[in-house]
Amino acid sequence: MTGGARSVHDRSPPGPPTRRWIISAVAGVGLAGFATKAGATEAAMDEAIRELIGEAPLEPGKVKLELPPIVENGNAVPLAVSVDSPMTEAHHVESIHLFNQKNPQPYIAAFHLGPRAGKARVATRIRLADSQRVVAVARFSDGSFWSDSADVIVTLAACTEQ
Amino acid sequence: MARVLINFPQRAMRGEIIEIKTLIQHPMETGYRLDNKGVAIPRDIINRFTCAYNGDEVFRAELFPAISANPFVAFSTVATESGELGFSWTDDRGQIQTETRQIIVE
Repeated sequence: MTGGARSVHDRSPPGPPTRRWIISAVAGVGLAGFATKAGATEAAMDEAIRELIGEAPLEPGKVKLELPPIVENGNAVPLAVSVDSPMTEAHHVESIHLFNQKNPQPYIAAFHLGPRAGKARVATRIRLADSQRVVAVARFSDGSFWSDSADVIVTLAACTEQ
Repeated sequence: MARVLINFPQRAMRGEIIEIKTLIQHPMETGYRLDNKGVAIPRDIINRFTCAYNGDEVFRAELFPAISANPFVAFSTVATESGELGFSWTDDRGQIQTETRQIIVE
């Protein structure tokens, strides 16, 4: 056996893989896997928003997303969205949509309201699997879309693994 | 039947905007969790919630697994006339729970 007697200073790749090489290779695969997973869901959020708004522009403003900046428990994060709108028959908010960046699924909820709501404000409690950005999109009766986003730091994530 | 909490003022002035808060007992199983044998627990969430004012739908929500267990939804409506507010929750198993509450508008 020649491979078993290799010196610790010998880092040349030929020959049977060393323990160090195996560890670094496994770590590399693990990191790459994590990176692609996170990237994929960010793209998934953009895709989900695009599916909702189509070719229409998404403008920041008119929407106010209220979320605590730091949450201790990702299983129940209080969230409220209020939209600046007169809520009349002619000018009102038709729906409010919530998206997230890093949960397994980008969609959180869709709320359909109308002039009978009186004011455009909804509140709920959501799960967050990681520290991430949450986006609220409001569809107005004139067909325009407005949005707001908030970044949340989650210290104890909602458990998706068990 | 799951336990339900519904909160709004029982009496309101005509034209007043009232806030309605609702909460229903439900596990909102995401479908992403595994049991102790490593088998995925099937998804079971409330996917739809509606509120009707004297039969007319005034609010509707589509919910996804990112909504917390025992989903809480708060919204508002204009008190137009005395009558009945109807609430309905539908889950993945097709179970529908409905509740009604009276409102007096002066």
